[in-house]
Amino acid sequence: MPTTLENWNPGKAENRHPEVAYEVKERLFLETKNDPRYHEFLYGCYECGICVSACPTARFYDYSPKVIAQAMAREDVERIYDIISEDIWNCAQCFSCVRCPRQNNPGGLVTILREVAVKSGLQETKDVLQGYSRVIYKVMLKGNQVSPDMLQPDLFADWGPWVQNFSANMPIWKKAIPVDSIRGVTDAAWKVDRKTLLELYTIWFETGSMEIIKEVDEGLYDLLSDIMQEELEEG
Amino acid sequence: MTELTTVEEILERKSHSVRRDPKLAHTHDMHESLLELEAKGEIILQRVPEPFVEVTTKYGRLKKIPVEHTWHHKSCGQCGHIPGYTSSIFWLHRQLGLDYVDPTDQTSCTGWNYYASATSNMAAQASVMSRNFATAYETGYFPLIHCGTSFGHYKEVREQLVQDKELRDEVRRVMDKLGKPLVIPEEIVHYSEWVHIMRGKFAERQVVDLSGITATVHPACHYYKVVAEDAIYDPDIYGGQRMATVTTMLKALGINVADYSTWFDCCGFGFRHILVERDFTRSFAVQRKIEVMKNEVNPDLVVTHDTGCVTTLDKSQFSGKAHGRNVGIPVLSDAQVAALAMGAHPFRVVQFHWHSTDWRPFLEKLGIDWQKYWDEFQVDLDAIRAGTKSGVTWADADQPVVYGNK
Ligand code: SF4
Ligand code: SF4
Repeated sequence: MPTTLENWNPGKAENRHPEVAYEVKERLFLETKNDPRYHEFLYGCYECGICVSACPTARFYDYSPKVIAQAMAREDVERIYDIISEDIWNCAQCFSCVRCPRQNNPGGLVTILREVAVKSGLQETKDVLQGYSRVIYKVMLKGNQVSPDMLQPDLFADWGPWVQNFSANMPIWKKAIPVDSIRGVTDAAWKVDRKTLLELYTIWFETGSMEIIKEVDEGLYDLLSDIMQEELEEG
Repeated sequence: MTELTTVEEILERKSHSVRRDPKLAHTHDMHESLLELEAKGEIILQRVPEPFVEVTTKYGRLKKIPVEHTWHHKSCGQCGHIPGYTSSIFWLHRQLGLDYVDPTDQTSCTGWNYYASATSNMAAQASVMSRNFATAYETGYFPLIHCGTSFGHYKEVREQLVQDKELRDEVRRVMDKLGKPLVIPEEIVHYSEWVHIMRGKFAERQVVDLSGITATVHPACHYYKVVAEDAIYDPDIYGGQRMATVTTMLKALGINVADYSTWFDCCGFGFRHILVERDFTRSFAVQRKIEVMKNEVNPDLVVTHDTGCVTTLDKSQFSGKAHGRNVGIPVLSDAQVAALAMGAHPFRVVQFHWHSTDWRPFLEKLGIDWQKYWDEFQVDLDAIRAGTKSGVTWADADQPVVYGNK
């Protein structure tokens, strides 16, 4: 929508997403604001820009933690929708922005906004998380996320020829580690006892985590819940 | 929160100089609340076991760091991609004869779901943390957290648990289902804090002269920016204005620690970025960290104390090299440096072969004949391949190597 004298509002963003009802945007904002962490993360904003100068993401993307803090402080529902539908996924979650002299935590605001975006099943969020299913699968099913077998030469070509050498030797190298809990384990970071995994699956079901996965990736949800249910039934 | 009344005070706050007086801290210390919750019977507060060393945190509070009887909350990124990091931590314990547990009833902290994909919620995060802490408590050992992210994340979750009764009740309900108590340790301790208090012991057993080495330190964001008041600061390190861990240990070993202008910048890891937007990670790690260090102080080594930082700073250098940038500094953790200094085998323990930026010139500068030790390690690998050896064990790795340069 072009800005005219009639709709110009210097304090608020213009409506860049007319296809989404205002009530939907407002609900997302209120859900963020009602999160118990919100009042710890935002106390207002001096507009000093210290967070921007500390922010790694602001150097490489069209992104600003200051804009996020200000939009939240002004309750600028349209701007917040812009942020929640795209910007939040650029944040590196480094928390360099806690240098804020007002004691704000813009990175923390991003964390809440991301959780609201995921819970609400925003299409933009589903798109962003598409390449991410394997990570979620590992951490929820195996009890730890980073496994040596994920370093495939075609996926990590930018790490150079080392990856090829690594990939060819990894199973043997993994046996040549003196730490008992990690020696020889290639599909997880360390051995996790079956009882521990069952406890973890119970946590996912009891805390509503599985419902969150269902919102972002129904196929992944089906896969994970089938395996976990079966394991839990076996006991 | 301290009231700001004058322009000078506001400017001082903005300049972020650290005043080491707990009463002046703008952050709230929740240790008293933990004692109250314990008195009410809401939680079990696990005490730091004796012997411990007390060290000062950012605003002057004393934090107890256990020397031994520790339950090692491992890091998935370390065990999966930089295993010499994990084995060095354990090797150091073994050299000093310290009691520890390497558990298999531990899970990751799920910080990945929190900081990367947000496919999590407060109750799940707090339950995962509490399950790990309850398990450590039941084992009778105190948690020592290897990962900077788990350390920062657990401190955030601990604050949430203290402040939010509804969350506590929900987590207690989940723990009841698991048949476990709700346990919060008196201190959440990062392994680099243990390295910090043990540095004198490492120096006593040092067999490699490191006085010719210049290193830069990358402070890990999730160690000192998340729940910042709990990180360790020391007046002797940058006047108490920057975190002390890592730097203190390097200095104790005689390494020259060089400052560089982008010390506060993150490494570029970014959680989702390292996996699905690595162009950002590579560019940031090369342009804002490695190249700056190289141009300003040209160190022999970068040392850090977190999983993601070692991986990012090490693995990103290949693309920088391919683009003709000024890169090429090996990256190690503080524990790996300490272990190497005490004679840990470069491959059986420090596991240099899992690092991609060329580490050979660094070892050569120390007078360490890496080829000789690589050949020894190849004998292990050949035996494993031939099925005559199941793997490298502590029996192979415990014995320090006498490098003979000191
Ligand atoms: S946490 Fe996000 S917003 Fe804050 S400095 Fe890091 S990248 Fe920027
Ligand atoms: S540093 Fe804090 S006060 Fe300054 S612009 Fe950023 S959020 Fe606002």
